[in-house]
Amino acid sequence: MSARIKISKLLNTLLLGLFTITMLFPLLWMLSASFKYEVDVFNFPIEWIPPRWNAWNNYKEVWSSNYDFPLYYLNSIKVSVFVTVTQLLIATMGAFAFAKLNFKFKQGLFALFLATMMIPDQVTIVPKFMLLTWLGLIDTHGGLVLILLFSVYGVFLLRQYMMSIPDSLIEAAKIDGAGYTRIFIQIVIPISKPAIATLAILRFIWTWDDYQNPLIFLNSKELFTLQLGMSQFASQSGTYYSLLMAAAVCAVVPLLLVFIAGQKFIVEGITSGAVKG
Amino acid sequence: MEPKRSLKFKENVAAYLFLLPSLLGFAFFIVFPIIGSLLLSFTEWNFLTGFKGIKFAGLDNFTFLLSGKDEWFTKSMLNTILFALVTVPVGLTLGLLVGVMINKYVYASKLFRVVVFIPYISSVVASAVVWMVVFQPSYGPINSFLMSIGIDNPPKWFTDMKWAFPTVMAFHIWQTLGYNVIVFMAGLKGIPNELYEAATIDGANEAKKFRHITIPMISPMTFFLATMGIIGSFKVFDSIRILTKGGPGNETTNIAYYIYREAFSFYNMGTANAAAWLMFIIIFIITMIQVRQQNKWVIYD
Repeated sequence: MSARIKISKLLNTLLLGLFTITMLFPLLWMLSASFKYEVDVFNFPIEWIPPRWNAWNNYKEVWSSNYDFPLYYLNSIKVSVFVTVTQLLIATMGAFAFAKLNFKFKQGLFALFLATMMIPDQVTIVPKFMLLTWLGLIDTHGGLVLILLFSVYGVFLLRQYMMSIPDSLIEAAKIDGAGYTRIFIQIVIPISKPAIATLAILRFIWTWDDYQNPLIFLNSKELFTLQLGMSQFASQSGTYYSLLMAAAVCAVVPLLLVFIAGQKFIVEGITSGAVKG
Repeated sequence: MEPKRSLKFKENVAAYLFLLPSLLGFAFFIVFPIIGSLLLSFTEWNFLTGFKGIKFAGLDNFTFLLSGKDEWFTKSMLNTILFALVTVPVGLTLGLLVGVMINKYVYASKLFRVVVFIPYISSVVASAVVWMVVFQPSYGPINSFLMSIGIDNPPKWFTDMKWAFPTVMAFHIWQTLGYNVIVFMAGLKGIPNELYEAATIDGANEAKKFRHITIPMISPMTFFLATMGIIGSFKVFDSIRILTKGGPGNETTNIAYYIYREAFSFYNMGTANAAAWLMFIIIFIITMIQVRQQNKWVIYD
């Protein structure tokens, strides 16, 4: 019996292995092509291990001053880090008020926040575009960051977590003479670290990955984020596919690193809506 | 009485100070745009003509869009519905299958969990660019393979009238599968083992256990993923813009792409916003129907 289970488990592993390799096919092909000479990229049958290596030159070329890739990279880091840090600050403060303070119109305001969560970006995009036009912030990183600074999702995620902080802890601090700022910094933030980490990782990935907002709010090439730069690179005629694939690898690697480092937080963050409690 | 009241006042002030940045963000980037777009949906306005060009149009935008006279809009609507009808069931079935296998029936489950998630975590733009190259009609590896096994006229995939839309859907399923798997696995982890043990004692086989324990126990996840999946298919934009720009012809357009095209290629802000509100109304109705249906077939313990 147990031998039969082992064999069936082994067969299942092989089956699923085959499936996941098929699934990874495009990404494996990308990696392999990024190591090759341009003339070898489309050789068939596929040479997974390049017959002649050109990896160093491809990556060096992508990062050289012949392409604006380093600039796009820097722009993406700038926008993503700034959005993540500022949004964390805004969301943590807002969540603290909703979770642990009593004030007038609290229930109504929170309900209003939640009600807007269902409204798709497509509804709000045109007025946002007009707003930035009036402010003279179209085609600036400042404008793009401003659009991305606030999200109801962030406030909601952190508020849910902070609700679990016992009120007695806060009452005790009040009796000891702590003001709200001290309670916020010395009690609420340290306890909420896991939720803050989850939001930080998700927000960084989402901003890094964002294509639609930069597409609409940026025009100048020197302001392009990585995603815009990539799609522009791909649509140029006479593109070198080996270089394009090297660029794609560079665009994916930071996300994979963040994922591997913060796997636990990511999984918790994206499943928190589905799992009750 | 007095000190208590002043304490309450202090708490109110503190709360609003903590909330201030959120309230500003909410007012400027959510409330204002929602009201603005609702008002714009009743106007006829080409952005390039400036504010003088705004004309009140009543319900004209809505009747125009729903009349079927705008071929792109009609096609966008039909495509969006077809997209949800195909990608949600296929994505959920595959996700559940893979999730169940990883959870119980394979070795190296941790590795599988990470690997399956890689396409979801990889940037959409990079993935789409890679798919375009892999499915390149004349010398991409997929068609090279198909020609090598004797298929002389393989599909042109993203540039093929017949194949473009299915290929875009395949990309979406591929890209979101990892998410479905992770959510299903979170549900599977929560099923108490005693249930399966009791069923084994009663002589139930694996198929029976799956049908009578697993399926009902993960129904909250199925419900969540179905709702999110349908809403998600309405919002698909990045991949369509990169892979096909709605083409060939208007074969792969959808509602999100229509709104973008109307607003930022033609600057028809009135129709764009009217379409956006139609999109929201449909999302709203679907969510409401699902929430009402939820109690009938979702089992929360």
